[in-house]
Amino acid sequence: MNNPGKNPQSFKERSDAGINRFFSRFSVLKRVKKDDEIVHPFWVIVFKEISDHVRSWRFIILIAIIALTCFGSMYTALTTIGKSVKVNDPEGAFLFLKLFTTSDGTLPSFFVFVGFLGPLLGISLGFDTVNSEQNKGTLSRILSQPIHRDYLINAKFMAALIVISVLLFVLGFLVIGLGLITIGIPPTPEEFWRIIFFIMLSILYVAFWLNLAILFSVVFHQPATSALSCIAVWLFLTVFYNLIVSLIAKAIEPSALANPYQVFHYEKIIMTLLRILPSELFSDATTTLLMPSVRSLGPLTMEQIYGAIPGPIPLGQSLMLVWPQITGLIAATILCFVLSYVSFMKREIRSR
Amino acid sequence: MVGNIIELTDLTKKYGSFTAVDNLNLTIREGEVFGLLGPNGAGKTTTILMMLGLTEPTSGSVKVCDINSTTNPIEVKRRVGYLPENVGFYDNLTGLQNLLFTARLNRLSGKDATARAEQLLDKVGLSKASGKETGKYSRGMLQRLGLADLLIKNPDVIILDEPTLGIDPTGVKELLELIVSMSKEQGLTVLFCSHHLHQVQQVCDRVGLFVSGKLLAEGDIQSLSKSLFTSSPYIIEAGVSKPVTAATDSSENEYSVEWISEVLRHIQGITNVYNKNGIFHIECSHDLSSDIAKAVITAGACLNYLNKKEYGLDDIYYRYFEGGEGHE
Repeated sequence: MNNPGKNPQSFKERSDAGINRFFSRFSVLKRVKKDDEIVHPFWVIVFKEISDHVRSWRFIILIAIIALTCFGSMYTALTTIGKSVKVNDPEGAFLFLKLFTTSDGTLPSFFVFVGFLGPLLGISLGFDTVNSEQNKGTLSRILSQPIHRDYLINAKFMAALIVISVLLFVLGFLVIGLGLITIGIPPTPEEFWRIIFFIMLSILYVAFWLNLAILFSVVFHQPATSALSCIAVWLFLTVFYNLIVSLIAKAIEPSALANPYQVFHYEKIIMTLLRILPSELFSDATTTLLMPSVRSLGPLTMEQIYGAIPGPIPLGQSLMLVWPQITGLIAATILCFVLSYVSFMKREIRSR
Repeated sequence: MVGNIIELTDLTKKYGSFTAVDNLNLTIREGEVFGLLGPNGAGKTTTILMMLGLTEPTSGSVKVCDINSTTNPIEVKRRVGYLPENVGFYDNLTGLQNLLFTARLNRLSGKDATARAEQLLDKVGLSKASGKETGKYSRGMLQRLGLADLLIKNPDVIILDEPTLGIDPTGVKELLELIVSMSKEQGLTVLFCSHHLHQVQQVCDRVGLFVSGKLLAEGDIQSLSKSLFTSSPYIIEAGVSKPVTAATDSSENEYSVEWISEVLRHIQGITNVYNKNGIFHIECSHDLSSDIAKAVITAGACLNYLNKKEYGLDDIYYRYFEGGEGHE
């Protein structure tokens, strides 16, 4: 007879051993647990930064804003999800994804919120990375320790990335969990993977803004200047750039009698102009991932649409479709990081 | 066998057209307390940054513990503790946590780090404040914490950049005593950067005078003053008055410079005599205080005050600046 309640001690021991085995896979976590082991300086900085982030008021306020808005959008999604499924909807099979995309018009949907608040999260975690250390006088003290100079900036990036990843995964899984409880239909594996890819994409997008903020924190000596510049860039890219593009679009708009090729080229130019924006790349990619019926992100000719049966495309195809967007985001992120890395490495470190 | 622990050879650092450090040659021996003296902007901090590999020299080489700082800064930083000017700590962490962070950056294990940090906090007299956030520390406490912070890696050399800045006089005294006792205890080499001459004078074995990127002179304070004041390295201050019975009028109570010159005429080595605030200053090439005293007494006058004055760093410093301006 195998009664788990009969011998609670051994059960606890077994589960403890299991947990230990689980943790020992992550060598970093294992090292934290034991007091007499030597932790690599890189991880020492990462852990310190994470604990700084998590304890800072700035982060707590941001979490509160993001969580509130996300749950608000979840609530509207849940109340309207019944009406959103139509009889002939090709996405009818992807009810769960609607949790992330549906809105009743009063509050934007979850993925729009992430796209809007994500930059703010990245900026707030990164804008004072280097310059606050310099102003506090800790930078020269830390760099006179036997560590490579790039450990500092890499570790700070790593720490912020870990914090962002944990936050976004937690939010995503909370939405999934709440959705499970309220609508009672479990997500299909494909839906699950689409959500996972959406979360990873969001992390990438926030990482772009984080790196931009780190770059400004290296360039500007005052944290306030760097924060304001980040927000200025963010505002420009989200609001003013679109205005400028629409102005250009008006100026070069072909006449109503223009031939299809001209219209096609015009559409392409506008698309290209918009796709310089990281936010546009992000929203293109998320739309495709969360709405499986989207099958092209560019203009389609009548020939291409003719005879096509509206229906969802598989995850692999969706990923193929957004691959350029993802590559573009990764490239922008790496560019910002490289710029900040180079200027930090060449910098002369003086106290204050 | 005492070797050279810091060797700077033809070290030059230029910022654009401005030369911060100009062909600097300097060696510091193991176990000595060396004071690098100079006014603000003389290039002291730049020199230190080059020693630690935090900035690259334009030309020349830096060797600390026989390791090239430019190409191998990590090894150098493992042996050198550096206390920057205006040292800062993480305000939201306690003193102990700040030390532990530094210790772990130096690859100490958690247990060793805690033991060492507590021991050092005790040594610098901060064990009571170890649980307090460093944001609430006073300037002097921060500076002492900085000292503990640079000792935690168990260095061979410690470099202190203006360690006494912004501390009250008693604090300065305590801090300097702490630095000297620790360096003697552990056989540390100390490089002490300052523009406060008195403090350097108190603690340093040797000093280097550093003005606008150039090392003007180096050596111990006595040899420095000898090389500077070649003609008259000593000043004897003498207060002389007429015997009480001889004088009734207070204005005639004092002797004139001519009188004392006459009295001291036979003594060899006196270069100059003058009166300053009623006290005769006698410049001489070697220590003549006993001869002077004897001569004054034999002349029948009262000797109220006799002081052998050695040149301090202040005088050395000013003399150098005078000389420097004179050359330009």
